[in-house]
Amino acid sequence: MTTVAHGPTLLEHFEHGLDAPICLTWELTYACNLTCAHCLSSSGRRDPRELTTEQCEEVIDELQRMQVFYVNIGGGEPTIRPDFWHLLRYAVDHQVGVKFSTNGVRIDREKAELLASTDYVDVQVSLDGATAEVNDRVRGPGSYATALRALGHLRDAGFRDAKISVVCTRENVDQLDQLKALADEYGATLRLTRLRPSGRGVDVWDDLHPRPEQQRTIYDWLVAHGEGVLTGDSFFHLSAFGPADGSGALPGLNLCGAGRVVCLIDPVGDVYACPFAIHDSFLAGNVLDDGGFAKVWRESALFAELRSPQTSGACTSCQHFDSCRGGCMAAKFFTGLPLDGPDPECVQGYGESALSTERTVPLPSVDHSRPTAVRQQPVLLQLTRRTDLVAPPLSACAESPLAGFRG
Amino acid sequence: MACAACTEVLDESWGLTPSVELRPEPFGALAYHFGNRRLTFLKTRQLVAVVRGLDEAPDVRSALAAGGVAEREWPAYVAALRNLAATDMIRPIAAAAGEGR
Repeated sequence: MTTVAHGPTLLEHFEHGLDAPICLTWELTYACNLTCAHCLSSSGRRDPRELTTEQCEEVIDELQRMQVFYVNIGGGEPTIRPDFWHLLRYAVDHQVGVKFSTNGVRIDREKAELLASTDYVDVQVSLDGATAEVNDRVRGPGSYATALRALGHLRDAGFRDAKISVVCTRENVDQLDQLKALADEYGATLRLTRLRPSGRGVDVWDDLHPRPEQQRTIYDWLVAHGEGVLTGDSFFHLSAFGPADGSGALPGLNLCGAGRVVCLIDPVGDVYACPFAIHDSFLAGNVLDDGGFAKVWRESALFAELRSPQTSGACTSCQHFDSCRGGCMAAKFFTGLPLDGPDPECVQGYGESALSTERTVPLPSVDHSRPTAVRQQPVLLQLTRRTDLVAPPLSACAESPLAGFRG
Repeated sequence: MACAACTEVLDESWGLTPSVELRPEPFGALAYHFGNRRLTFLKTRQLVAVVRGLDEAPDVRSALAAGGVAEREWPAYVAALRNLAATDMIRPIAAAAGEGR
């Protein structure tokens, strides 16, 4: 960044919102070949109202006019849309760079070569563990092999600097070094993001979100690796591990960008404040019904509210507020915590006490999960023994004279 | 001008890298490099004016003068331009030839 500055700080400008988003995520489809346990968009089935090819092209035209330099395309699995490769080409031909997230299912040798020969395209392969055992438990059997095959094709085709995108969970925090080594092996850059209780993530968040001591591990690891690892600015709540003067902040914007510099366009054209906030409470409008994306971005009442001064509630008196700025809106919302209070993973411990008070977790308002279980669907629920029982419960009909005696 | 290293830059001819686009914002502008995918913020409108003027100006000195930057601020501006050059947002003109967008 440059150093010549006067007037309001850059941070204040961001909080008041920009003329166009810096970081726009566009989920092209809710259809997905996988059924990841923690899917942030509860994807699975295609929505019949999905934007048509022409409607997608119109959105791209508008992004070009707004000078949205690049768009993060996701899903669902975006590459299973038949017009995906066409839309990719259309976007880069209209000065809208594309970074897309994929589980790798459609990245064969031919597509890898196509990607390697296309400028302004970045590929991000999702992988949630350095080993098949850890990854496949949440992403489903075979998904590790699929991701690595795709990364191999990209490397062999000469695609430079793909990203390996990892959602940090309780089960893979111990593998950060291995994940980095894996990325190095494939000539890729590691990208770590935070597990949010969004979408199906709410069902597994209690079991998968990193434990407090693991949060510290993540922070220390990120500090040690600096800008060599990407985070999508998703760990700014960890900045409160540093001194209260904010000097321990991680690289990045360190603020919630929802509706200010960030937003999401979903497969049916609904515009949400953030990719982790697919819920009616954060729905700003629709690109088809409300006069186009620019109008929604600039005029929606929801975004105006998000860009107005926010109260910091219970966090006001905390000396670390300037570091973490209250954390992640979506994490608070989907765990039923007040938006002006601490993040559920507040590193000062205020989140844990907030979670222990009475709260109501909001019901999901958008869910494209498959209605019935599919083959190879990850099931995190496991049958285990109760550790407090040493023997089966005593039946009232037990006839043995030794019934109830422990040997 | 106190700093000797600045003088060197002042006499050079610089320009916006061909694969870089500027997007005006209330604070100044966003600069995006489509090639290396770096995003940078130009934090003042005056800096934006200087950067936009680089292509037209014969050297950095003229671009600063045309942008209305007071001479005492030149060292700070040269430092800012150097920062931009570090991520290839702008570059000396001679090296900029041959890349199109």
